[in-house]
Amino acid sequence: MSTQTQPLIQVKDLTKSFPIKGGLLGREVASVKAVQGINLEIRKGETLGLVGESGCGKSTLGRCIIRLIEPTSGQVIMNGQDITTLEGEGLRALRRKMQIIFQDPYASLNPRMTVGSIITEPLEIHGLFNSKKDREDRVKQLLETVGLRPEHFNRYPHEFSGGQRQRIGIARALAVEPEFIVCDEPVSALDVSIQAQVINLLMDLQQKLGLTYLFIAHDLKVVEHISNRVAVMYLGRIVEIAEGEELYKHPTHPYTKALLSAIPTPNPRRTEQRIILTGDVPSPIRPPSGCHFHPRCPIATEQCKGEAPQLKLTRADHQTSCLLAKPQ
Amino acid sequence: MIPILIGVTFLTFTLFNLVGGDPAIRFAGKHATVERVAEIRAELGLDRSVGEQYLFFVKQIVTFDYGRSWATKQEISTMITDGLGATLSLTVPSFVASVAFCILLALFAVYGRGTILDRGTVVVCLGLLSVSSLVYILALQYVLAFQGGLFPISGWDPSWTGRWEYLVLPWIILFVLSLGPNILIYRTVIMDEVFQDYVRTARAKGLAEKHVFAKHVLKNAMIPIITVVVIEMPVLITGSVLIENFFGIPGLGGTVIKALNDSDFPVIKAFTVISAMAYMIFNLLADVLYSAVDPRVKLS
Repeated sequence: MSTQTQPLIQVKDLTKSFPIKGGLLGREVASVKAVQGINLEIRKGETLGLVGESGCGKSTLGRCIIRLIEPTSGQVIMNGQDITTLEGEGLRALRRKMQIIFQDPYASLNPRMTVGSIITEPLEIHGLFNSKKDREDRVKQLLETVGLRPEHFNRYPHEFSGGQRQRIGIARALAVEPEFIVCDEPVSALDVSIQAQVINLLMDLQQKLGLTYLFIAHDLKVVEHISNRVAVMYLGRIVEIAEGEELYKHPTHPYTKALLSAIPTPNPRRTEQRIILTGDVPSPIRPPSGCHFHPRCPIATEQCKGEAPQLKLTRADHQTSCLLAKPQ
Repeated sequence: MIPILIGVTFLTFTLFNLVGGDPAIRFAGKHATVERVAEIRAELGLDRSVGEQYLFFVKQIVTFDYGRSWATKQEISTMITDGLGATLSLTVPSFVASVAFCILLALFAVYGRGTILDRGTVVVCLGLLSVSSLVYILALQYVLAFQGGLFPISGWDPSWTGRWEYLVLPWIILFVLSLGPNILIYRTVIMDEVFQDYVRTARAKGLAEKHVFAKHVLKNAMIPIITVVVIEMPVLITGSVLIENFFGIPGLGGTVIKALNDSDFPVIKAFTVISAMAYMIFNLLADVLYSAVDPRVKLS
């Protein structure tokens, strides 16, 4: 994919901090800086993989982009329109264009509604199709699209397995014909064999319907398989972003290198050294000064403590946020 | 249900026979002759074998004929139906009003979670909860009935048309008493639902927040709410002894207290069995309601 393609979504300086309230009067005593000044482009028709450790802000970023969480500051621009200021009717219209597939297929479906009404509800909210019959036909067609059967219409979520429930979640997201879907760790709650099925389904749907995905995961192999480009997040910031194969072959940021070296491979004669990071991820309430990664970085210098690095082009279509990375 | 009921009758019977001592001696008085005691024993059927006595007790339960009170010589079944009528007309209206009102208020509190409205509700509820019920009874009786003259201070009219004027103030007091605990419990239960993933799904669909509450949150919260309501339900029957006493309402609570003071065993026995049955009926009711609101529950 070339850089010249018009981006579907541009994220500009997006920040989200959650206040921590304490004391009798509930004053803000601190804040969790979950997402800090993210700049990102998602190109039409691509899958952008987003990886990082638990708690690094991946899900928060995904939810901020589709306005399921209100960002603290920054902009999200979709097809040239700033969507961060939308309200009421405009926001509802936005929900037709952007959807999300949630991580936990067990908790994310209302246990008291039938599969049919779960998937029909978005059609009703957005006033799609005029008659009840048309809506039902559409939902049954959606069920078939995601590999379920039309007769599942009147069943309840608890009657399905995890993989089937995730297919229901996918059908629900597809119901309003969105252009862009945030897949928020859609397979991490599933069995490995089921993971492959669901990922293949997502890839098939992307080809058929021309969807754009932001694919959030912590499984690097899964992300490599599905993504065109991959972004690596660490403590609220993107540290490296590049085309998939490029990133996996030539990681530039020391954090990415450590992450990639931790992928288990089935080859027992593997010779490369695993990079073991010391210490834990610092608290997002009081992130380290300068480069967030410097306390754990094997190559950090004095400069890294004081100066926060920006994303810069280090190779073709490959950006890294590290003061020590040299353009090649 | 039947085995439980048999267990209850057996336990009641054994307990009263073990703990109660010889009712005939108690009944005959301190200065009775031996012949008089034997006479009373025969009269009460206590000279028969334990097995026969138990079967007689079971027969009483099945036929709803509990005999007469030892203290007042009244038919026990009449005493209970009379008391039950008074108690239910006191408790049911305020219970229903309180459940409906508290669920509504709890919904609003959760809707505005973290705001002044929500925090204020919690603080007020805790305040209401911390004051003794006696204070409410005395204060409201004094201010509204004695000073304001809005309601009669106490009294009772046995007729179904005349009793209501005496009941309004007790209703208000019961309602106010239930506000604190009910709102806090419902608020917690509803708050649990709001953070469920499926609620986020509903928002992602584009559903407006008020519809999220009406369609998704409330319906799912009804499952735990039913549990709480059913747990509270026996109060409907046992009534509020305090309020009945303060307002001179001849309810079931007063009847039982009096029977306890008089060691009036037939009345206490009858009441024990009837409360046990009431609990079982409420539990059954809860199961039926669960299957109505929760598709995952199937009655077999």
